[in-house]
Amino acid sequence: MANNVLTRAFDNDWIGPALVCVVAIAVISFFQPSFLTPFNIFVLLSAIAVNMLVALGQLVIIGVGQMNLALGSIGGLVAISFGAMMELWGFPPVVAIICGLLIGAGAGMASGFVIASTGISAFIITLAGLQIFKGINLGITEAQPFYGIPQSVKDFGNLSLIGPIPWLVVPTIIASIAVWYLFTRLRIGRYILAIGGNRNAAELSGINVNATIIWAHAISGLLAAAAGMMLVARLQLGHPTIGDDWLISSFAAPVIGGAILAGGHVSVPGTFFGVVIIAIITQALVVFAIDPFVVQIVLGGLILWAVGINRLREVRVSQLLGQKA
Amino acid sequence: MTPSDISNTSDAMPVAAGRQALVQRLAYSSEFGLLLLIALAVVIFASTLPGFTSPFSLFTIGRQIGIDTMIGLAMMAVIVTGGLDLSVGAIGVCSAMAFGWMMESAGVPLTLGVPLAVLFGAGLGFLNGTVVVRSGVHSFIITLASMSIFFGIMIFLSQAQAFRAMPPEVLGFGKMRFGGLLSALLVFSLVICAVLSALYHFTSLGRQMLAAGANPRASEISGVRTGRIFIACHMLTGALAAIAGLMITARTGAAVPSMAGHLGQDWLLPAFLAPVLGGTLLSGGRVAVFGTFLGAALVNIITSGLLLMRVGEFWIQAFLGLMLLAAVLTDRARHKLLQRRGMI
Repeated sequence: MANNVLTRAFDNDWIGPALVCVVAIAVISFFQPSFLTPFNIFVLLSAIAVNMLVALGQLVIIGVGQMNLALGSIGGLVAISFGAMMELWGFPPVVAIICGLLIGAGAGMASGFVIASTGISAFIITLAGLQIFKGINLGITEAQPFYGIPQSVKDFGNLSLIGPIPWLVVPTIIASIAVWYLFTRLRIGRYILAIGGNRNAAELSGINVNATIIWAHAISGLLAAAAGMMLVARLQLGHPTIGDDWLISSFAAPVIGGAILAGGHVSVPGTFFGVVIIAIITQALVVFAIDPFVVQIVLGGLILWAVGINRLREVRVSQLLGQKA
Repeated sequence: MTPSDISNTSDAMPVAAGRQALVQRLAYSSEFGLLLLIALAVVIFASTLPGFTSPFSLFTIGRQIGIDTMIGLAMMAVIVTGGLDLSVGAIGVCSAMAFGWMMESAGVPLTLGVPLAVLFGAGLGFLNGTVVVRSGVHSFIITLASMSIFFGIMIFLSQAQAFRAMPPEVLGFGKMRFGGLLSALLVFSLVICAVLSALYHFTSLGRQMLAAGANPRASEISGVRTGRIFIACHMLTGALAAIAGLMITARTGAAVPSMAGHLGQDWLLPAFLAPVLGGTLLSGGRVAVFGTFLGAALVNIITSGLLLMRVGEFWIQAFLGLMLLAAVLTDRARHKLLQRRGMI
């Protein structure tokens, strides 16, 4: 019975954010019909495609009960390495993509290894990682972008698949399904959530906590790498500032989607609607010609609002459980 | 966490332990290690780099140490609770901008503007603290949101324009030096260190902060109003961040919205580096005020030395990250060693 209450409350993570999305789209397109033009939808979907990968990268780490401040700097480092490999060394894009993914996974694995082996808080280790990866990025590029991006990569970031749907959504759909599958069907995903829910219990039941934490960070780095390279394709250059502004939104989307920051509970569909809400709001500010600086205030407010709702729900669930018991 | 962590190091030891234990404890303290490293760095740089010991070089290094100490102390004041404050940079910039507005547009006299700006920072800290305590959500996510909100409102109101019309005393204070080499900002930060040290050692408020941070439940049971104390810690953080923002304003002679980078993120590394190097426990309950100062000093001495050696500025950023990593790892090792010897 208790289990039933929990499932009901948690399985519907995405319904609230989904409703907000529908209402927001309806309201905005009522006041500003140009909001739903094919071009605007194309822009919106391109932004959602990249931000979804960023959010998933953070989601995996939130699941294990930690945070990854280095997400953006890993994405940035991979972005400029991707540009450098193609411009300086003439790697074909496919090889460069594989190398980029490996760099991202390796960087994530390195922070995961330090966190797992020392037991120092992920916050401080990934703060150091942020600084190290960003420093390497700037040391290599000296703050200059790489411009020699092959046409095929540029096309991938800017052409449409069918109608207003960009090619960029393809990797995002694959990654989203993979992460959803990871958390719901794969052993490693269940281990991640078990550790996030109760580390001691997970350890006692025989889960290899350290290995799982390292894997989680490697997956996070991999997703950050994919997002970084997709931004290179979209911007048509390997810019060293890629990833600098991922921090706030990478937390906002999963939290709006009902993820509990203490770990143990995440929702991929919820995160998707969180990303869509952020994209719609950002786009709406442009459509209504509101000061773009307001985005920061709105993002911060959204996080607080979502945290409040999640907290209320947590309290209600525990009250319901208390009644049953 | 062992029970003895509740109090500050200086009285964690029973009196009977004697002098030898005291010497031993000093030798194992993070302050002693830092002093050795600072001495080593100074000797190496002074003997190999001719420009390093020039009065102007010492003045600029000292000035930066003063500012970084203040940023580190701001974070230290909230690390005490076992939490953190990502919005220190945003609070610092907002307070500096509020100060700039008071000076340039509102015509507030300087003597009133400075305390008002510090109060403003404390007010922002109060907002953080209240939301953290009331909601029971970890300070990481609350201050992540508030850093975005504070910074967003500041940029929106100021339209990203700097306030440059400052009274001459502001820049004068930033340029002031004693004996040709000692920055007034450094002296000022040492005074704040002494005040904070007194707060944590001698006042009931300071002791309650340490106790509540080390073990909130135990101190709640023994009558400490933990919630209020945590809010007070956040206010102290806000006030110190505001002071750091004002010090940067004094250095540049203007309140610039980008003084701490996007969302104030550029302060995060110095904010954690100095206290962690100094021996502040990230789990809360223990502070190292002068350790924070020494941490900031070590970082800046090495950074300036490397810059003089023409190591590219960009690589220094990566180096500082490695240094933070090294700091937490040594802290870990020292902690284990002390535990094995039964010294904490």
